[in-house]
Amino acid sequence: MKTNVRDVGGVAVVDLKGKITIGSGDVQLRETINKLVDSGKKNILVDMHDVTTIDSSGIGELVGCYTSVTNKGGKLKLLHLPPKINDVLTVTQLITVFDVYESESEALASFRG
Amino acid sequence: MSLSSRFENIEMAQHLCSQLLEGRDVPEETRHWILMALREGLANAIKHGNRQDVTKRVHLEMDIVADTLAIAIRDEGSGFDPGAVGDPLAAENRLKTSGRGIFYMKTFMDDVRFERVPGGGMEILLKKRLGEANEKEGDPK
Repeated sequence: MKTNVRDVGGVAVVDLKGKITIGSGDVQLRETINKLVDSGKKNILVDMHDVTTIDSSGIGELVGCYTSVTNKGGKLKLLHLPPKINDVLTVTQLITVFDVYESESEALASFRG
Repeated sequence: MSLSSRFENIEMAQHLCSQLLEGRDVPEETRHWILMALREGLANAIKHGNRQDVTKRVHLEMDIVADTLAIAIRDEGSGFDPGAVGDPLAAENRLKTSGRGIFYMKTFMDDVRFERVPGGGMEILLKKRLGEANEKEGDPK
């Protein structure tokens, strides 16, 4: 998996590309988010548009990242969920946990609200 | 076939499963969820069964009989209790970082069974009826 972090008006936008699966991408996701949290970032938006595959391990890491950020008083939100990943989050009812956006501008604005 | 206990082998097994389904009238959705269930079963065998011991093998059989895909995944570990995994939908488990693999297999396949193998190890048996008319009620749409 490839990650790219952009700062847009104080929000760390994390672009993910590729797979978030066991042994490939799951740990990388955690490390990327932890690094942002450790550097004091409170508002994190994860863009999932180019994520091709996710499994239970990847979902677990996503949940772990959400908890880490929330416990530090921050917010982690999701952007551009591919339909299959939306399904995987829906069946485990995690879709109700995450704030999910289809538009980056709307997502960024939500952090200001 | 048998695989060493490395996560990299999951994709190879998925590729073989795709080839097995090739040329059959299997909806893309069904195909996708079968491959995800296969991934979860193999990851389970490698991680929780063989505990990533590369000297232990994961044995995989896949066959289609009368429009039903049957997958058998057997590890060489000391076994585990699939019933010990909490319900991932329960409020107290919702934010846990693990414990969803078996749930996904049960959601995406028609039949999922766990059997202890005499002499050690665990076998996961997954079945899925192929074809649009037989899609499991409750499959994600």
